[in-house]
Amino acid sequence: MTDKVSYAISSDEKNSYTGGTMILGIDVGGTHTDATLIENFELKRKAKVLTNRENLMDSLLEVTGELFKSENPDNLKRVVLSTTISTNAIVQGKTERVGLILASGPGLSPATLKINDDTHFISGYVNHRGIEAAGIDHDEVSRICTHFREEGIDHAGIVGKFSTRNPGQEIEIRDIINDNLKHVSLGHRMSGNLNFPRRIATTYLNAAIHDLYTAFVRDIQDFVGKMGADVPIYILKADGGTFEIDQSTEYPVQTILSGPAASIMGVLSLTDCREDAIALDIGGTTTDIAIFADGVPLLEPLGVTIEGHKTMIRGLRTKSIGIGGDSRVKYESNEIIIGPERDGPAAAFGGPSPTPTDAMIVLGLTKIGDKDKATAAINSIAKETGCPAHEAAKTIFDQTCLEIAVSVKEMLEEINNRPVYTVHEILEGKKLTPQILHVVGGPAEPMAEHLGELLGCPAHIPGHAEVANAVGAALARTTAELTLLADTEQQTLTIVEEGIQTQIPNGFSRDDALNIGKEKLRERAIKMGAKEEDIAVEVIEDQEFNMVRGFHTTGKNIRVKVQVKPGLIAGFGKEQTI
Amino acid sequence: MKRTGLIFFPAFDWAISPTHPEREERLLYTQDQVFEEGLLDFDNIIEFKPGMATPDDINRIHICVPDAGSVITESHLISAGGAITAADKVLQGKVDNAFALVRPPGHHAMRVVHGARGFCNVNIEAIMVEYIRKNYGPKRVAIIDTDCHHGDGSQDIYWHDPDTLYISIHQDGRTLYPGSGFPEEFGGPNALGATINIPLPPQTSEEGFLHVLDNLILPILDEFKPDLIINSAGQDNHYTDPITDMRFTAQGYAMLNEKLSPDIAVLEGGYSIESALPYINVGIILAMAGIDYSHVKEPDYDPVSLKQSDEISRYIEKEASEIYNLWKKRDSIKEDLVGGAEYVRRDRDIYYDTDGIREQQKETVRICNDCGGLLTIDSTASTGNKIFAVIIPGQSCPTCRSKGEEIFASTDKTSLNYAYFQDRDKNIFLVE
Ligand SMILES: [Zn+2]
Ligand SMILES: [Zn+2]
Repeated sequence: MTDKVSYAISSDEKNSYTGGTMILGIDVGGTHTDATLIENFELKRKAKVLTNRENLMDSLLEVTGELFKSENPDNLKRVVLSTTISTNAIVQGKTERVGLILASGPGLSPATLKINDDTHFISGYVNHRGIEAAGIDHDEVSRICTHFREEGIDHAGIVGKFSTRNPGQEIEIRDIINDNLKHVSLGHRMSGNLNFPRRIATTYLNAAIHDLYTAFVRDIQDFVGKMGADVPIYILKADGGTFEIDQSTEYPVQTILSGPAASIMGVLSLTDCREDAIALDIGGTTTDIAIFADGVPLLEPLGVTIEGHKTMIRGLRTKSIGIGGDSRVKYESNEIIIGPERDGPAAAFGGPSPTPTDAMIVLGLTKIGDKDKATAAINSIAKETGCPAHEAAKTIFDQTCLEIAVSVKEMLEEINNRPVYTVHEILEGKKLTPQILHVVGGPAEPMAEHLGELLGCPAHIPGHAEVANAVGAALARTTAELTLLADTEQQTLTIVEEGIQTQIPNGFSRDDALNIGKEKLRERAIKMGAKEEDIAVEVIEDQEFNMVRGFHTTGKNIRVKVQVKPGLIAGFGKEQTI
Repeated sequence: MKRTGLIFFPAFDWAISPTHPEREERLLYTQDQVFEEGLLDFDNIIEFKPGMATPDDINRIHICVPDAGSVITESHLISAGGAITAADKVLQGKVDNAFALVRPPGHHAMRVVHGARGFCNVNIEAIMVEYIRKNYGPKRVAIIDTDCHHGDGSQDIYWHDPDTLYISIHQDGRTLYPGSGFPEEFGGPNALGATINIPLPPQTSEEGFLHVLDNLILPILDEFKPDLIINSAGQDNHYTDPITDMRFTAQGYAMLNEKLSPDIAVLEGGYSIESALPYINVGIILAMAGIDYSHVKEPDYDPVSLKQSDEISRYIEKEASEIYNLWKKRDSIKEDLVGGAEYVRRDRDIYYDTDGIREQQKETVRICNDCGGLLTIDSTASTGNKIFAVIIPGQSCPTCRSKGEEIFASTDKTSLNYAYFQDRDKNIFLVE
């Protein structure tokens, strides 16, 4: 099922990846593994195979075998993978036993914070300014470590409340126990944000999937070696950015839920989106909704959620609703109900229940499957509602579109109503107003136009949508984020995600913080695998407060957050699509 | 567990002045603690963006001189709007209770506003209460003001309203601004017992506050039977507060809110922004949401050193029972106090400490058994403004209304800067 497609683009739009440069993008999904080969920003080849869940390597070899039948791997410059390995490990509970040491301080009760039987609370903690309120008791920590060894626990997570204000205690605890354990994850490395319960969950998951993920990384490195390529390998993260594979082993949890991220980055690369926009991925069982602001995909404000674990992982904001082309349609207490169950494929493809897809076939919106079977299925609903089949099909189709549109509007409403904390932002009241609707997925063709009408913007169906994920992964740039806190009263500067706390002079200013932040972010991004031309630093938080004690200003509290936002690699995206 | 709405508006870009206690930094550490505790991740704690109050909302209860726009900033509209959002969510049943964690505060703002008093320009609880009555029908409301300072503004606004029970618990006025709030201040002639003042001696701790709550406030609430309980939630009774002298704690505030079970809490004062507010606010939110708050403690919390003296305990026990007896006798006091008078007048000098304005006010109420009574106000301020206002009370009787309309029509306005006519029930606000 390999085919070859290419589009000409003008040569002045090519830069760093031009001249025989090939990128291999692979998306290992739950059902299919897709691969794309991109040369000079042209989609050169694409391939799709069924994912062998027992042996991912087989799928990888099969799909790339297809792809490289007539290509020379020597021309490869980069390989990017989007993988469900971390997600699946968590969903299927194939995780390591993790001992947790929590410096929880005052606040929520330990009973609320405890996430497994191996959670231990210790007496030290720091306060909201990062000032140590109670020191670490070394004996207490050593006793817990001994207990871990006795229990055969060799993976640990160390998480302090407000450790993003002062990572010192987490590091101190690690230094006490480090030599005795196989892997230790530290809370402040996961994110610079505040949220202790999420920090605990994130650190736990990071440690819990560490071994499995590390083994996967070795396999991938072997596999690329076997292909005869010696090129950088990148892994896609939940925020739609990539990081270099060696760096990824410290933060495997960043790779959870990268599937939806790949799909959104795919839409981005297939559409040249730079306005406020809606992206819909309509599948069989669910529809995923994503929103772009000025062409940049929105992130989850607090972090992504997986299997009930609320994490701090920066991830693209998606909303998944239980309605798709194969949703079961039934008539119950005078109402047509669509989804959330899927009984199987559409009736037109031999499924047991009527579905929106069958309705679209009856309406002549699409010419797939067995129309007689579709009509028979829709007739069963028509009989119950007491109207002709065509009318029932129309009702089902309209209702499917309407339910999706309502969910999109709710999501926009939620985003537009997010709380803000300054008078300026309240008065300014910036609101998203989507200019275009991008639709991918099986029923995109028959549904897009009507959805666009309901949402008040033109609909667009990108080409090559069936390999959007692999294209998105291939072209995603490396992202990074860095949080800085300066407390000039304490004379400390904390660079959170790097675990650094240093002394600063009295006159330290917000500009100093911004300059250091930008420089350190650049270093961090390069370390993560970014290319210089991809590092567009964006300041996402920049606040300064006078600290006043007894009517005298005693110092400044400066808070800076900088990022390289999700987007496509340089040289791509200048009025250009695959 | 309860569904608790949180309206958080720290106004990070608004201050009275750069080093004033009411400044940008005030809720910074509270925000940090609330975020770090992950409180917004609880399914039963829901954050809402504050709406903005309108000048109509202010004119429903205040007489602003010369007008609302001149005495407030946008920040006041958002703060009052936050309280209104809290009320909407509760009254529409979206949540069981709500906490408006907003600034600037309002409980020192009186009915007539020439400027700012005690960091307050307009009274955000009163604006909220009258918004509720306008939009959700007449309600009996109890406001429990747990700020360390006497809420003289709220007291002034509800002095004549028999349907609003205003209870203030605060540090004794002989030792703290604004110097008022004694048990004898017991409500106007038409609303005796609808104002209750409970001054507490300096260095009162948890024990004293909770004694007053259990033995005085809760029994009175039982008898008053309010439709809504509002906590005017000042946080300056805390043992670390820089401008007061009390020994209340985060645990105490949480227990108080658990027992009081307010429908709506609105932040008032509290200026120990680093050592107290983060812990008190987390405690209040958890208590309102019915989540275990027993581990919310200040880093230097020490119940032994914070214990109040036996002398204070005895004083408070005696005072609580005296005030309760006074409340029991509220109906029989009216006869002695009013006699056969048709109108009762009170003359006051009011000082606006924040803006340095002095006001002389003559307030006259019509004695009425059928409503809160027609009110007229003569007010002259050091700004040079001389005003007269006719105020028809909410749920007014026909006599008070027609007399008020007559008085306003026949008032000679030539010697006045402004004349105001306010009729809340009919939604009329006139300025001449
Ligand atoms: Zn106060
Ligand atoms: Zn009357």
